[in-house]
Amino acid sequence: MPVQYYIFLSIALFCIGVMGVLMRRNAIIIFMCIELMLNAVNLLLVAFSKMWVDAGRIDADAAQLFVFFVMVVAAAEVSVGLAIIVMMYRNTHSVDINILSRLKN
Amino acid sequence: MGTMSTELMIFILLSAIAIASALGVILSKNPVNSVLNMIICFVAIAGHYIMLNAQFLFVVHLIVYTGAIMVLFLFVLMMMNLNADIEPQKRNWLKYAGAISGGALLLVLVGALREASLPAVQAGSATDIGLIANLGKTLFTSYVVPFELSSVLFLSAMVGAVVIGKK
Repeated sequence: MPVQYYIFLSIALFCIGVMGVLMRRNAIIIFMCIELMLNAVNLLLVAFSKMWVDAGRIDADAAQLFVFFVMVVAAAEVSVGLAIIVMMYRNTHSVDINILSRLKN
Repeated sequence: MGTMSTELMIFILLSAIAIASALGVILSKNPVNSVLNMIICFVAIAGHYIMLNAQFLFVVHLIVYTGAIMVLFLFVLMMMNLNADIEPQKRNWLKYAGAISGGALLLVLVGALREASLPAVQAGSATDIGLIANLGKTLFTSYVVPFELSSVLFLSAMVGAVVIGKK
């Protein structure tokens, strides 16, 4: 199976994530779309790891460890980000990101 | 040939589920439906991991993403009591602009990587590279420093979340 299939799938998921960030105003949905983009990249890393293992390289498990570290950072990011969104909701009673444009002034 | 076509069929099925549920995430009006679609998408990606011989990542992905992160999202959503009626909507032309920008990015990336010459993924070839024993050995020999640094990152994230949440 050509690795291009996985590349195209990852590109599709990544671009859906980009579209979601551009199209939505709900901060939680935007946050979820960022998670979707991270997962698209993770999937591509795992596919490349399998590709190099099949091509005979022995150090290809570094890619899977990289995915592991991406998951670690994503978990930390989600905890802090959701805390920020909850605080924003407590202050403004909304999760609309347009309200945050007051940061401009 | 028989195993090959089975692999391809599973790949197409999982990819269709992943892309359809990802579209459901960004298109559904109700945020709770978005989270549920996201969980389906993550389960499909976990299926891809097991097809790619990444057993450890399969388990971690299911536990961390589907089990912890998405449940956290659901908790927050239900705490805020959001629904489709108060969902903020962008203006229509902004939505079209976002969709066109994302589609243009898709076209550029596909066009750039279509001709890349890379070795193929051999379907059905079993490797033990994704097993915990193998990954753990590499993690604790070559990647000890990032591992320890990630513990500091988690500590600071925990402290940060508590401090922000207490305010």
